[in-house]
Amino acid sequence: MKTLKIEDLSKNFGSTEVLRKINLEIDEGNFLVLLGPSGCGKSTLLNIIAGLETINEGNVFIDDYNVSKVEPKDRNIAMVFQSYALYPSMNVRENMIFGLKQAKTSKEKIEQQLEKVSKFLQVDQLLERKPSQLSGGQRQRVAIGRALVREPRIFLFDEPLSNLDAKLRVEMRREIKKLHQQLKTTVVYVTHDQTEAMSLGTRIAIMNHGVIQQNDTPENIYNKPSNTFVADFIGSPSMNLIKGSLKESSGEISFTANGSNFEIPVKGYEFKDKSNLSNKEVFFGIRPEHIYFKKSNESDFEVTLRADLSEYIGHEQIMTFDYANQEILAKFPSTIKIELAKETKLYFDLTQTSLFDAQTEERI
Amino acid sequence: MQDNLKSSSYQQLEQKSKYTNMFLRWFLYFVLILFASYFIFPLYVMVVTSLKTMEEIRQGTLLSWPSGLNFDSWAVAWGGRGYGAGDTFLRPYFWNSIKMVVPAVFFSTLIGAMTGYVLTKWRFKGDSWVFLFLLFGCFIPFQAILLPMARTLGALGISNSIVGLVLVHTVYGIPFTTLFFRNYYVSVPTELVKAARIDGAGFFKIFFKILLPISAPIIVVTVIWQFTQIWNDFLFGSTFSFGEAAPIQVALNNMVLSSTSVKEYNVDMASAIIAGVPTLIVYVLAGKYFIRGLTSGAVKG
Repeated sequence: MKTLKIEDLSKNFGSTEVLRKINLEIDEGNFLVLLGPSGCGKSTLLNIIAGLETINEGNVFIDDYNVSKVEPKDRNIAMVFQSYALYPSMNVRENMIFGLKQAKTSKEKIEQQLEKVSKFLQVDQLLERKPSQLSGGQRQRVAIGRALVREPRIFLFDEPLSNLDAKLRVEMRREIKKLHQQLKTTVVYVTHDQTEAMSLGTRIAIMNHGVIQQNDTPENIYNKPSNTFVADFIGSPSMNLIKGSLKESSGEISFTANGSNFEIPVKGYEFKDKSNLSNKEVFFGIRPEHIYFKKSNESDFEVTLRADLSEYIGHEQIMTFDYANQEILAKFPSTIKIELAKETKLYFDLTQTSLFDAQTEERI
Repeated sequence: MQDNLKSSSYQQLEQKSKYTNMFLRWFLYFVLILFASYFIFPLYVMVVTSLKTMEEIRQGTLLSWPSGLNFDSWAVAWGGRGYGAGDTFLRPYFWNSIKMVVPAVFFSTLIGAMTGYVLTKWRFKGDSWVFLFLLFGCFIPFQAILLPMARTLGALGISNSIVGLVLVHTVYGIPFTTLFFRNYYVSVPTELVKAARIDGAGFFKIFFKILLPISAPIIVVTVIWQFTQIWNDFLFGSTFSFGEAAPIQVALNNMVLSSTSVKEYNVDMASAIIAGVPTLIVYVLAGKYFIRGLTSGAVKG
C-alpha cells in the first residue's frame, strides 16, 4: 500500500500547462520534498494533493483510495502554509482546535489533543495569545500545531520556512526534521531552497516546467543527477558542465573538451549504455568541490589551468579557471593561496563525474 | 581661543534657527486657524441664527450674538406648532429616514462584503468582468435610472414606501460597498481560506468566522460612506416618495420652501442642523473606532 500515489496527473490554467503527466509514489513515513524553481508547478501539485485545486487529468490516491474528487477536509491531510495562515481573530487555542471543532470531535478529545500537541511544540504558554502577538517562530510552531492536532495521514508543507530570517530558518528546519523523526508521519514538503530539500528529505522530486525531472534519494540527486537541469539546479556553485566529445580508441573511452588538446580518461564511469559512444557530443560534469588542489586519490586526473577570479567567502573560496575558453569553478579551503593569471595544477576526482548527452541533456 | 570663537558662532546659529523655527510654528498655527474658521463660519451662522427670535434676526446682523439661549425654533422644527393642517415638522420624517437608512446600510454593507469575498477568495471564470460591471454601477448618473426604477418599484408594489427606498439605496450602494470590500480582501492572504477549507469550514463559515471578524476597519469605512450617502440623499427620496413616506431631506426641502407667510430663518436653520446631526454623530463615533481599527494592524496572521 502506498500512502500517496499520483497517477498521470495533468493540470492546466486556461491554455498554460502547469503539470504534465505527473507520476509519483510515496511510501509510509517518507519525507518527500518537491523542489524546483518558481513557476515549476510544485505548489500547484501540493494544492492538488490537498484538494484545493481541481484536476484536469489523472488521479490522486491516498492509502489506495481514489481521493481525486474528495473534499480537502475528508482527505485526512493537514497543511502548513508559507504565511502561516493563522486565523487573525482567534487566539492560539481557537486556531489549533478549529479543525477538530468543525469535525465535531468530542470536547474531551479536543482538550486531550490540544494539551498533548501544545506541550509537544512548547506553545502551551501561548494558548490565549492572538497570532499578532507571536513572533515568527512561534507562529510557525502554532501553524504546525494546528496541523498536528488533527493527526493526519499526510502532512503537507508549502514553503513553511521562507518567511523566516536566515537564523530562525535553520533552527526551524532542524525542528521539522526532529518532528518527522519522532512522529514518522508521511510528509510532502514544497520548497525552492535546495539546502532545505537536501537536509530534510528522504526523497526529493525535482520539478521543472511541470515535469518531474528526477525523483530519488538526496545522495543520488547530488551524485548522479539524471539530466543537466538537475545537475545545474543542485549544488552551490552548481556543477561545471564542460562541452566536448567522447573518443574511443582501443577500448578506452576518453573525453576531450572542445578546443582542448588533452584527453580525460572516463573508463571508470558507469555508462547506462556502452554502445555508440564514439564521437558523441557530451557535457562533462564535475562539481566545484570535486576539483582538488592536492592529489588525494590514485585516479585523480591532473590538469593545468589558469586562475582568473577568486571569490573569498570566509570558510572557503571559489576560484574561476579557464578550461579551453570555458569557465569552470572550483571550491577550496580559504587557507590555500592561488595566484591569479597563473597556470595552476589541479586534480579532477574522476570517481565523482557525470556525463550528459549534449542533445538530450540526459545522463548517459 | 579658536575653540571659543567656534562655540560662540555655533551659539549664534543655534539662536537663529530657534527664531526661524518659532516663526514657522506661529505661521503654521495662523494658517491652520484661518482655514478652520473659514470652515466653521457657516456652522456658526446656522447655530446663532437658530437661537435667535425673528425680531433679533430682522434687527441684528448675520454675525451678532443671540440675546439668550432660545430653543423655541428648534422645538418648532422638530415638533411643529401644534395646529392642524399645513404644519410641517421634522419628527416623523426623521424616523422615516432612520427606518430607511438602518436596513439600507446594513444590507448594502453585508451584500458588498459577500460579493467582495466571492470576487477575491472564490474566483470563478469571468469574475473580473462581473467586477468591472459592478464598477460601472459607481459611475451611473442616478438621474438616468429614475424612470426604470420607478416602473420597477411600481411593479413590485412598493412605490412611495420606505421599503422601496431601502431597496433602491441597497441596490445602488452595492457597487461601492463591493469595491471597498474587494480591495480590502485582496490584501488578506488567500491561504487563510485554504487553511479553513482543510479545517473543514464551508463558504459561509469562512466568511462569518474568519473574514468578517477581521473586517472592522473596512466595515466602518463602508458604514460611514453608506450612511452619509443615504441619509443625505435627496434625489431618490424626492422621486420615489412623497407625503408621509418621505425621508427627512425631502421634508426639510418642503418645510423651507412651502412656508406661506414670512420666511422663518431661525426655524429653517434649526431644521437644517437637525437633518445634518446624525451623519455628524456617525463620524464622531465611528471615526474614532476607524482609526483604532487601522492602527491595530491585526490583519496579518
